[in-house]
Amino acid sequence: MSAALDALAPVAGRRRLTDRAMRALLWAGTLVALVPLVLVLWFLLQKGLGALSVDFFTTDPTGNFLGDPGGVRSAILGTLEIVALASAIGIPIGVGVALYLVEYGGQRWFAQAVRYFVDVMTGVPSIVFGLFVYIVLVVSGIGGSFAGWKGSVALALLMLPVVTRSAEVVLALVPDHLREAALALGAPRWKVILRIVLPTALPGLVTASLLAVARAMGETAPLLFTSAIVMGRSWDLGGRMNSLPVQIYNDVSSPNDQIVARAWGAALTLVALILLITLVARFIARRSRLA
Amino acid sequence: MSNDTLTPAPTAAAPRAAPAMPDGHSMTVRDLHAHYGDTHAIKGVSMGYAANQVTAMIGPSGCGKSTLLRCLNRMHEEIPGARAEGTVLLDETDIYARGIDVVAVRRAIGMVFQRANPFPTMSVFDNVAAGLRLNGVKGVDLHERVEVSLRGAGLWDEVKDRLGRPGIGLSGGQQQRLCIARAIAVRPRVVLMDEPCSALDPIATLKVEELIAALKRDFTIVIVTHNMQQAARVSDTTAFFYLGELVEHAPTDAIFSNPGDPRTEEYVTGKFG
Ligand SMILES: Nc1ncnc2c1ncn2[C@@H]1O[C@H](COP(=O)(O)OP(=O)(O)OP(=O)(O)O)[C@@H](O)[C@H]1O
Ligand SMILES: [Mg+2]
Repeated sequence: MSAALDALAPVAGRRRLTDRAMRALLWAGTLVALVPLVLVLWFLLQKGLGALSVDFFTTDPTGNFLGDPGGVRSAILGTLEIVALASAIGIPIGVGVALYLVEYGGQRWFAQAVRYFVDVMTGVPSIVFGLFVYIVLVVSGIGGSFAGWKGSVALALLMLPVVTRSAEVVLALVPDHLREAALALGAPRWKVILRIVLPTALPGLVTASLLAVARAMGETAPLLFTSAIVMGRSWDLGGRMNSLPVQIYNDVSSPNDQIVARAWGAALTLVALILLITLVARFIARRSRLA
Repeated sequence: MSNDTLTPAPTAAAPRAAPAMPDGHSMTVRDLHAHYGDTHAIKGVSMGYAANQVTAMIGPSGCGKSTLLRCLNRMHEEIPGARAEGTVLLDETDIYARGIDVVAVRRAIGMVFQRANPFPTMSVFDNVAAGLRLNGVKGVDLHERVEVSLRGAGLWDEVKDRLGRPGIGLSGGQQQRLCIARAIAVRPRVVLMDEPCSALDPIATLKVEELIAALKRDFTIVIVTHNMQQAARVSDTTAFFYLGELVEHAPTDAIFSNPGDPRTEEYVTGKFG
């Protein structure tokens, strides 16, 4: 070993020590962050798996306090219906706003104001959207009182800023030179957006939308004030509707252990649904050409 | 995809373009000024682009070549804060006149960019057909037009078996020729090219240069280049720009052998730029 390398050795030693300490610290931090996550999953599985059965998925809650409480079929269907309608409202509007911001708004003051409000909306607690819809649509008695579609409206409001923000990022990723190429071919702006920008951004837009769907699916508060719980099954978005989060909310405070177990089963089902949607979103994101 | 209706490939290796148009189209610029916000990028340029000729625009970086080129098909105004004043005639029509449809201008004056930019979601075929589809052109045999355009771009033999594959799967040089095919598929009158070879290797560059020579039978061509040899090889006339102004515009031979302005001489002999 040469003298020059010997002279360097102490520095290298200290650096290695710092490196090791930092590594240990980061590892510990990661572990601490993982503990609650693992515990949540563990409790969910431990308490929820026992409640699952064929009947759990194929029967509606009976609403009886004693005797057979029934399954959660109406809650699953209700959640799917309400979230589907919410997506049908929230995603097109959100993508539309994002398109305005990226393609037309630019740095104009109006676009900046929209961006600011979207940011504020992202931070609004979900219960506020629930209250808003409660006052505007339920108390006012438009189309009856509680109804599935009113829950959808509340969830759509919740999804709107999430979709807008992430869609804006995705659309901004579409390279400008593609827009220029299309414009230089003599395509009108709206066609450039429809035929070039949207298809190029599609995988990212789907991912952004699915993540917003997953987020909305687990919300309880907006539905509590707007759709309310009914025990039986209903396909009618115009009437009261059951949903998984509200079912969990109701069941878990019951003194009947069987009903509490149903809450855990429903929670596990909800998490599984959300996980599925997130996985699909990740899969599509990975196939995206823009990432 | 069926090719039954298409004519068999000719054996000649030389790229053949669509049948030559009866008469060519020229462009004239008069007292053109272009700005980016407060930057005055083009300061009163007047010059002509002769029909079925290749006009090269050269000059040091930042002298406004790309800006002027983009003014020729009104792409300049797509940049936020950019504007242009003056007269640009395509034949007898002022493309900056009131009531002129920008979209129609760009259909008539096509553009090829520095970086090949095929549409990533589209196949080779769809890329070439994109201009016609985006313009909603009806009553054109797409297959025929795509083949003619790809032949015109000297790319047909290389891609005829993979028309359905993604356009971005081609090599860089092939992608650039694909973009040329895409530009000529809408049958423009003028084709503008902004440093079309600067991202290509010498062999791909040679192919594009041969292509330019062939294309001028059908189109009026304006090319921006940094490469003096390229300007000398492909162009009929050359315009030298400096700091947003036209210094001189003359037959290419004259510019390189006997320039009229000392700044041109310094530039073409490599003393600055
Ligand atoms: N998007 C823009 N915003 C503001 N100024 C710009 C923009 N594009 C170009 N400019 C300015 O306009 C002037 C001319 O630029 P231009 O791109 O036309 O030069 P060029 O001759 O094409 O240069 P190069 O050979 O490097 O491509 C330069 O001073 C440049 O800084
Ligand atoms: Mg340039």
